[in-house]
Amino acid sequence: MRDDALSRLAGILPPDRLLRQPAQLAAYESDALTAYQASPIAIALPETTEEVVALVRACREARLPFVARGSGTSLSGGSLPVAGGIVIALNRLNRILRLDPDERTAVVEPGVINLAVTAAAAPHGLYYAPDPSSQSICTIGGNVAFNSGGAHCLKYGMTSNHVLGIKAVLATGEVVEFGGASREQLGPDWCGLFTGNEGLFGIALEITLQLLPRPECYHTVLAGYRTQEEAGNAVSAIVASGLLPGAIEIMDALALEAAVAAVHADYPPGCEAVLIVELEGPREVVAADRGRLDAIIAASQPVEARPARDAAERLAIWKGRKSAFSAVGRLSPDFIVQDGVVPRRRLGEALRRIAEMTREAGLRCANVFHAGDGNLHPLILYNGRVPGELARAEALAGRILRMCVEMGGSITGEHGVGVEKREYLPDMFNPEEIDCLKRLHAAFDPLQIANPGKMFPGGSAPALATHGLHPLEKAGVISRE
Amino acid sequence: MSPVLQPGTVAELAEAVRAHPAVLAVGAGTKPRLAEMRNGCVGISTRKLSRLVEYEPDEFTFTALAGTPLAEVTAALTAKGQYLPFDPPLAAAGATLGGTVAAGLSGPGRFRYGGVRDFILGVRFVDGEGRILRLGGKVVKNAAGFDLPKFFVGSLGRFGILAELTFKVFPRPPAALTLRLPLAGAEAAVAIFAAVGRARWEVDAADLGPDGEAVLLRLAGPAGALPALAQEILGRWPGEVLAEEVATRTWDDLTAFRWSETFPYLGKVVLTPAQLPGLLGAVKTLGGRAHVSAGGNVAYIALPAGADPAGLGRPVLTLRGAAPLWIRPAPVPAIAAAVKFALDPSGRFPALG
Ligand SMILES: Cc1cc2nc3c(=O)[nH]c(=O)nc-3n(C[C@H](O)[C@H](O)[C@H](O)COP(=O)(O)OP(=O)(O)OC[C@H]3O[C@@H](n4cnc5c(N)ncnc54)[C@H](O)[C@@H]3O)c2cc1C
Repeated sequence: MRDDALSRLAGILPPDRLLRQPAQLAAYESDALTAYQASPIAIALPETTEEVVALVRACREARLPFVARGSGTSLSGGSLPVAGGIVIALNRLNRILRLDPDERTAVVEPGVINLAVTAAAAPHGLYYAPDPSSQSICTIGGNVAFNSGGAHCLKYGMTSNHVLGIKAVLATGEVVEFGGASREQLGPDWCGLFTGNEGLFGIALEITLQLLPRPECYHTVLAGYRTQEEAGNAVSAIVASGLLPGAIEIMDALALEAAVAAVHADYPPGCEAVLIVELEGPREVVAADRGRLDAIIAASQPVEARPARDAAERLAIWKGRKSAFSAVGRLSPDFIVQDGVVPRRRLGEALRRIAEMTREAGLRCANVFHAGDGNLHPLILYNGRVPGELARAEALAGRILRMCVEMGGSITGEHGVGVEKREYLPDMFNPEEIDCLKRLHAAFDPLQIANPGKMFPGGSAPALATHGLHPLEKAGVISRE
Repeated sequence: MSPVLQPGTVAELAEAVRAHPAVLAVGAGTKPRLAEMRNGCVGISTRKLSRLVEYEPDEFTFTALAGTPLAEVTAALTAKGQYLPFDPPLAAAGATLGGTVAAGLSGPGRFRYGGVRDFILGVRFVDGEGRILRLGGKVVKNAAGFDLPKFFVGSLGRFGILAELTFKVFPRPPAALTLRLPLAGAEAAVAIFAAVGRARWEVDAADLGPDGEAVLLRLAGPAGALPALAQEILGRWPGEVLAEEVATRTWDDLTAFRWSETFPYLGKVVLTPAQLPGLLGAVKTLGGRAHVSAGGNVAYIALPAGADPAGLGRPVLTLRGAAPLWIRPAPVPAIAAAVKFALDPSGRFPALG
């Protein structure tokens, strides 16, 4: 069976693009949720969409599970392989096929890196808005599969809000084209349904993205507060003022300490929390709004407020923020990133309860989050070599998720359910709702071969590795610097 | 005349679905062709499912029953200085929130921040088995489960009956200015749309009025910032700033499709700006009028009696008039039938296509 399947694949790809050696497979055993590992039987490295279609159809005939993979930066186990299945790594499908500056659209292959789209659009005064912190390494295919977010979601939305068209091969082998080059559509929103499918529907082959004009001007303020509560109150005041900032982010003391150590970020001393707020738009608009923002921040009594005086200072503020995950990673051998959402007005309460639960668990937790949309990112630190610590960290993560649902929020804002949160899906949806999601899933993948075992509770558990680096880190491809 | 039921609660809505083998949801009937029923089909009106269930201005979200008139939603939001940025059309005629989602209609304001699909967060709906299901979320950001709320946008009641919707809203900009730029032809409009889309001004709406003789641009933001932006735009193309009452009336007429009232037929076409001249040529040949919105990405087309919308040469969704619902539809892929079966196994809602 397995040999039969592999010989089909060997008919599609030359041997140097169908990896079989254990050392080659090892690099794909995990994604960025490093606590989990699973061994695929082969890695396929297609270079054309035709090859991807042929691979999926061969998998279907052989009932061989496949996991599409971009850069493997999923934080929820989304690109974790399925034991006994194959990984279809899409990194070589990395062409920007078309970029139309007049219509402000780009058609890209799934392996194109997020930031490469903005790089290609920049000469035309355009950019691609979704900006996950991993944007210099993650792929558009991965972003589409997870409906990834970033720091600017409050104003600009998630990946889904920027995807106009998707050509995909479904797990049934059918090749479909959803949406198109227009910003409007007729009939049900298939693109919207496909985006965020977590690799369970099939593989995106070509994605049409909308581009936006680059904001002419920014006003970015970093403000330090004695307590998290004060920072939270400042967020409420900004939101109530009627301003619509592009980003509102908060980092707590432990995250600040990490960013200082990692990228020599410079923050006001003695702060329990730092708030980053950014206004953007035409210079006249920013000039009119910045006075209001500055007054609100002054009234919120920060220890210190530092507006960025130039582009370099703005970039420095964002560098500290965007490096926070990897920076916190240096404080601890291992960590889990949570991604729950709470109603914004309950942020202060949520942070207090996370601090209490963390103390009870005897662990440490750093908080770096999208305050503007209530999307928390508690980073739970643990040492996998200490017996029982991983289990305690996972239990704490679970308590945090349940708290988010109880508060009326969500178990995930942007990292997806994956393997990590699949047991918590029933906290958000009742059995009939889960049945509805499963029927949809079965419509796209009746044989359950596309990334099986993810999103839904009750999938077989992959092997837990209690400690270790990301396979790409081991391979020296990425680092947590 | 087919019967029309008027459930007063979501539970009654589910009961009504279970009780009849063929049903179609209808709102206020402002898109008459979408509410037309074949023989034997029972209409289920959302008229009595009308209530703003929750509105949290600090969260930028609200939840309302599907039959809530847009005008009621808009009034509640306006009172708190907020709005749905995509100018949902036909509010003055009584259009409901659920009908707007099912029809997939957005107004001129969709140019800047996106349309109805970009602001919907969650749905509660009744599937073809009469089950009441809630998917999506009630917070501004949520990635759990498949995004069925988006899928319902434009779904025309084929996959379920919407009972309740949760939306994201934005603070309403304190001021707006409308510019009218007279034109020499469709190519000139395409050029303006392209330039405006890339420019620093971040205009809020970019439409081509139904007479095809002027592009309308709207700027929105702090009052003090707008005149300078307007002057810069008028330095690039000749035109004028409309007086406030004229501007308000102009946009209201467009979102009410008032310009189309003397024509029996109204349909929606999606396009890219480059396709605009060809489409407008076809509209002219048929003796119709078109309002082009969202910077040349959508057109609403009115045609006189006797004109065949197929003459537009592309897919059209009929909103009003004695014509098929779908003109020149794209072929239905196998997956569409499979998803239809997943949500409506016994085919209670009208068929696809
Ligand atoms: C340091 C760090 C910071 C991060 N910051 C953010 C953040 O700010 N916001 C955020 O949202 N996420 C963030 N992430 C998470 C992650 O980067 C995103 O989920 C990203 O979209 C994954 O992209 P990828 O190319 O690595 O995909 P992978 O991890 O390789 O795959 C992710 C999922 O997509 C599927 N997939 C990949 N390609 C395709 C395709 N072509 N068709 C169908 N399915 C496909 C896979 O099967 C898998 O389920 C961060 C991760 C790290 C490590």
